[in-house]
Amino acid sequence: MKLISLIFGLFLFLKISWLHQNKPLQESIADGGEIYQDFCVQCHLESGEGVSGVFPPLANSDYLLNNIDLSIKGIKYGLSGPIEVNGETYDGVMQNQGLEEEEIADVMNYILNNWNNSSEQIITPQRVSQIQE
Amino acid sequence: MKSNLYLTLALLVVSFSSCISQENPPLIETPEQTKYGTETIVDGIEVPWGMTFLSEKELLVTEKKGVLYRVSNGNKTEVGGLPEIYKRGQGGLLDVAVHPDFKSNNLIYMTLSSHIEGDKGGNTSLYQAKLNANTLEDVKLLYKATPNTTKGQHWGSRIVFDNDGHLFFSIGDRGNRDVNPQDLKRDGGKIYRLNLDGSIPSDNPFINADGAKKAVFSYGHRNPQGMTVHPKTGEIWENEHGPKGGDEINIIQKGKNYGWPVITYGINYSGTPITDERSRPGMEQPFYYWVPSIAPSGMAFSSSKIYKKWKGDLFVGSLKFKYLEHLVIKKGKVVKREKILNEIGRIRNVKEGPDGYLYIGVEGKGILKVIQK
Repeated sequence: MKLISLIFGLFLFLKISWLHQNKPLQESIADGGEIYQDFCVQCHLESGEGVSGVFPPLANSDYLLNNIDLSIKGIKYGLSGPIEVNGETYDGVMQNQGLEEEEIADVMNYILNNWNNSSEQIITPQRVSQIQE
Repeated sequence: MKSNLYLTLALLVVSFSSCISQENPPLIETPEQTKYGTETIVDGIEVPWGMTFLSEKELLVTEKKGVLYRVSNGNKTEVGGLPEIYKRGQGGLLDVAVHPDFKSNNLIYMTLSSHIEGDKGGNTSLYQAKLNANTLEDVKLLYKATPNTTKGQHWGSRIVFDNDGHLFFSIGDRGNRDVNPQDLKRDGGKIYRLNLDGSIPSDNPFINADGAKKAVFSYGHRNPQGMTVHPKTGEIWENEHGPKGGDEINIIQKGKNYGWPVITYGINYSGTPITDERSRPGMEQPFYYWVPSIAPSGMAFSSSKIYKKWKGDLFVGSLKFKYLEHLVIKKGKVVKREKILNEIGRIRNVKEGPDGYLYIGVEGKGILKVIQK
């Protein structure tokens, strides 16, 4: 009996701490939109279209949608070109913006689920924390 | 019927010409680019934000992510002893400038983003330090804007000196345009004036204004990232990033309000209007404004005889279009604009060196010397 309540208690604890750490996707996307307006929009622009040859697009970007971990790494630690995005080479520098792990998860969820982008994957701060330089 | 046709045609012509004249005149010209070239002074710098000359042969260069380099003969050495830098968004290690008497006192000034108090986020600060070989000593905080904020935008910043023993530095609106730039009791969206030891000059314009930040010299700015002193008049010239279509050049005068965000020629990045007011009594008009925006970074006048026909002209780096803009000014007006070094890269900074040459900081490259062929 003691064992059962211990297991139940542990389960409850894990469940609550999971709920505590991960906000619902819609909230993460909304928060990510604010981060986007603050840190990203100057270069990647309002509709994620970027500037051909200078700032890579995020909307319908093969690089983003096929390299989610690399994209997180780019936001977390910075990214220097050359990289190829939708058949075009980009040889610029994106510096790390000093975002916290939760902010990176939020902005990833925003760009992965906006401008006709869609992703099955929900990015969590835990996943961001596991990505190393 | 016929007159109707003429009217329609006339309207068409008018609307067409107003379309093509959306660029604020004078229209930019692109001369034959083979007339210009560069020599690399130092390479391998991601974002060369600020530079200052220690002598004709040596300079200091800031790398935005938080490195100060001492450069001599093309080699860069990291300078140690920097204060802690809060890296977020457009913030980092920003401008660096040698004291007017650097040769005798070895003092330098730096602006950077810092988080030194308890609350979350950061704001722009001004430091003074003594450069001893490759180390900073006696690092002193002279000014720290408050409050901290986690916003990533608009930290400024440039440092210049007038001929009367003052230091000027700029701080952008810190992403809080409706609160900071028009409020003299708050930091941000201002150009500040201090004595060289960091004290506040007794004749600063708002020294007696109740609750005002006493260091403020002018206000109503968005994000000033270019500042220089006119070689003849001694005036402080500034350029600032506006919103879309609202980048400005201003001549900074004591106590004046430059209007942001109450008046502007720009609109939001999204294309929605900010205001339809372009002018208002008590607010200064820009000396010039750019439509479309070029994203102006550093600025410098050419005062030497080194270049043919450039003496007295203004040079501004374009981050967005990746060229050096040459502006010819006659009788208080920009009369000609042209692209120099087209496609050179995102120009972060422009300075005239003690040898009279112009030097530019280019992202992903480093410091280049501008030459005419």
